[in-house]
Amino acid sequence: MASVEHTDSQGLAGEDGVRRRDFINIAAVSFAGVGAVAVVIPLVDQMNPSADVLALASTEVDLTAIQPGQAIKTTFRAQPLFVRHLTEKEIAEADKVDAGGLRDPQTLAERTVDGKKQWLVTMGVCTHLGCVPLGAGEGENKGEFGGYFCPCHGSHYDTAARIRKGPAPKNLEVPKFAFTSDTAILVG
Amino acid sequence: MSFPWAEHYTPKHPLTQWIDEKLPLPRLVYNAVGAGYPVPRNLNYFWNFGVLAGLALMIQIVTGVIMAMHYGANTLVAFSSIEQTMRDVNSGWLMRYAHANGASFFFIVVYLHIFRGLFYGSYKAPREMVWLLGLVIFLLMMATAFMGYVLPWGQMSYWGAKVITGLFGAIPVVGEPIQTWLLGGFAPGNASLNRFFSLHFLLPFVIAGVIILHIWALHIPGSSNPTGVEVKGPQDTVPFHPYYTAKDGFGAGVFLILFSILLFFAPNYLGHADNYIEANPLSTPAHIVPEWYFWPFYAILRAFTVDFFFIPAKLLGVLAMFASILLLFFLPWLDTSPVRSGNYRPTFKKFWWILIADVVVLGYCGGAPAEEPYVMISQIASAYYFAHFLIILPLISRFEKPLPLPGSITESVLNRHNIKGEQDALPGMGADPQPSNAG
Amino acid sequence: MVRIGAFLVGLFFAGWLLISFLVGAVAYVSEPPAKTVEHEFHKHPKDVEFSFDGPLGKFDRAQLQRGFQVFKEVCSACHSLKFVAFRDLAGIGYNEAEIKAIAKQWAIKTPDVDPKTGEMSTREPVPADYFPKPFANNVAAAAANNNAIPPDLSLMTKARHDGTAYVYSLLTGYQNQPADLIKHFPDAKTPEGLHYNPYFPNLNLAMAPPLTADGQVTYGDGTKSSVDQMSKDVSAFLTWTAEPKLENRRRAGLATIVFLLIATALAYMSYQNIWADKKKAA
Repeated sequence: MASVEHTDSQGLAGEDGVRRRDFINIAAVSFAGVGAVAVVIPLVDQMNPSADVLALASTEVDLTAIQPGQAIKTTFRAQPLFVRHLTEKEIAEADKVDAGGLRDPQTLAERTVDGKKQWLVTMGVCTHLGCVPLGAGEGENKGEFGGYFCPCHGSHYDTAARIRKGPAPKNLEVPKFAFTSDTAILVG
Repeated sequence: MSFPWAEHYTPKHPLTQWIDEKLPLPRLVYNAVGAGYPVPRNLNYFWNFGVLAGLALMIQIVTGVIMAMHYGANTLVAFSSIEQTMRDVNSGWLMRYAHANGASFFFIVVYLHIFRGLFYGSYKAPREMVWLLGLVIFLLMMATAFMGYVLPWGQMSYWGAKVITGLFGAIPVVGEPIQTWLLGGFAPGNASLNRFFSLHFLLPFVIAGVIILHIWALHIPGSSNPTGVEVKGPQDTVPFHPYYTAKDGFGAGVFLILFSILLFFAPNYLGHADNYIEANPLSTPAHIVPEWYFWPFYAILRAFTVDFFFIPAKLLGVLAMFASILLLFFLPWLDTSPVRSGNYRPTFKKFWWILIADVVVLGYCGGAPAEEPYVMISQIASAYYFAHFLIILPLISRFEKPLPLPGSITESVLNRHNIKGEQDALPGMGADPQPSNAG
Repeated sequence: MVRIGAFLVGLFFAGWLLISFLVGAVAYVSEPPAKTVEHEFHKHPKDVEFSFDGPLGKFDRAQLQRGFQVFKEVCSACHSLKFVAFRDLAGIGYNEAEIKAIAKQWAIKTPDVDPKTGEMSTREPVPADYFPKPFANNVAAAAANNNAIPPDLSLMTKARHDGTAYVYSLLTGYQNQPADLIKHFPDAKTPEGLHYNPYFPNLNLAMAPPLTADGQVTYGDGTKSSVDQMSKDVSAFLTWTAEPKLENRRRAGLATIVFLLIATALAYMSYQNIWADKKKAA
């Protein structure tokens, strides 16, 4: 069969030829593999939030109508958001607790903005399994600690929305927010 | 599977042996599109289009499933949900344009695949079933493409749905109830949109199923080849893998380059501007035309302008349009020449070229407005189309004197090699030159 | 049997088509179809050059901003732009603060529900809002515009053949009806309330010429705002609104094609090598 190699115009005879040819096959298959991976990127990325969803990722809340002791439920990123105007008594109750002994140690001051301690802004999503706790609406069960109570599995939150009793592992999440004026906040 | 000299799947690793015992799927793939499938060694590039059609279907299914994630099948939001996908979804424009142009490419490769079969007599015994299943796939594709075109709920979507379902309305007595039943109303609306979406999602998987049958039926006699001479022995074949997988890999590259040029640089070239106007049941576009791949059939539909006694021209057009596809199912029994390949049938070859030109003319007329001279031209072209398959082909196969066939595939490869000379015998053309010392 | 049946069916269809052809041809010769006024006087869009022409062209951000200004000061009084949001203006080079200000000062307010009373009301748009529509619904739009509904402009340049040039030609194409037209088609005189424009498919357009005088818009960047310039700029802007991802698409396309060319060349070499091997084995 050696004569075949001699008539072969591509001159692929010998050890080097074999290696070069293997290399080309491997290169071709690798290129196809890289291409396949590159195609997967947009196929996966298209499931991320789209631009219109991201554009609604911040919520402005007007605080003027919320009296001390009241709370409102609004939405932030399509989830409930609790904005609570704490009374002096509730603030005192929250401050009285030794934060160090809590399941998720945090003081009320750490969970609110400096000088605006009466405005408690939290997500209305129980940190256990994501139910909406009661306590923001008028006449709802506020739980044993006067804050929020999640009826799904009985988690009790105190007036600083910290977990005090029940299965939830964390305090209600405080989203990133800032005061745009004395009576308005921008969440997100 | 088909030839005794086919290579056998012999797993070496204990794991692959274990899998082979429990579920011989790798063995199935090996025998279907692997080294276990011996294929004639002389296939030319026209034999690439089967695999490319499979690739096109995969592109359509992947991009289609993604489009469905962002689509709202409701007349109030359908149009805007697609705009939203184009503008706001990450890479949404890519998915949408790939899906829309992918449909066109699917039809391009399938048409090439069909005309390859027509030229090389791939529909003849023993491959009639392969041809029939292929036609079933083609019909399913047309239904899928039509329903898919309705989904964006643009002007052409709406009026296309109205006109095509109106075809059924031409059937006497039961026509109108059928049209109403198809639409779930008296005009295209929410009910139509939802059922079209549901079926548009379902049918591609049915197509995939029929493709499996198509390949199964193909594997019983084995692939045809450009000479039309059956495989006589191991010297006539090469294993599908790596020989034709490599060739199909190259073919896929060329396909993807052409696809990318259209997709990225002229994504609306094959579309119609009117489909960027939201559907308006109160205003018909000046020229309603279907997508380009339906144009030849649309020309046949519109070619009938004179009533035949009690049969209205409209019904004749509908019958003729369906007949133009259905007649292909009878092709294996219309063309009775024992010679398969058009290369050895001089008269057949000439008429095949006339048919190609005829279909191109029909396509052009189908896309043109319904005015003269296009109607007259499409009447002549449609007449030829029917005459070609139903009259001319049976006559040719009776009276034509074919050229002498090569003794075997290998012999034809050798002859070609000798004619062309050593230096420019490209294995790329499928005619793999036999080494000189073998002869 | 099959062949006899086929022969008869073929004869029927082909024969009847030829008869239909003869009937049509006789009619065509005996009374040739009359030329319509649209056939004679409708013009294809003018040739006009833009920075985004060709496969690798890019938008000219300054031009898009000028075009946006024309849209804002002229078109938006009657035409909606419902698929475009204020936030999208980042794509033509505005920053977050500018977009916020544009939304706040937009002449048309976004419809909303009063959070206290639940009544329908309006508020200032924010960046996440889509451009508010000038008319509450089609009935209001038709009533205010002599029964013609001004179409949404978001997709206008894709919804017309050669759309960018079409918009430009339409805006600069208003003229008096040619004397020739009146002479040959006396019935085709532009009706009261419509405006003759040979670039419009049926020649008579409900929209009055929107850009009538040089300097109608005062450009911030000092460009002279001739009617031609304003038409060109707003056509460019509407090309962007119809296809905001144009540049991403072309960039991705270039990369894809370069990659595919290399991959295909490798596939070709690999294919040749594999078949060369076959030669050896045979």
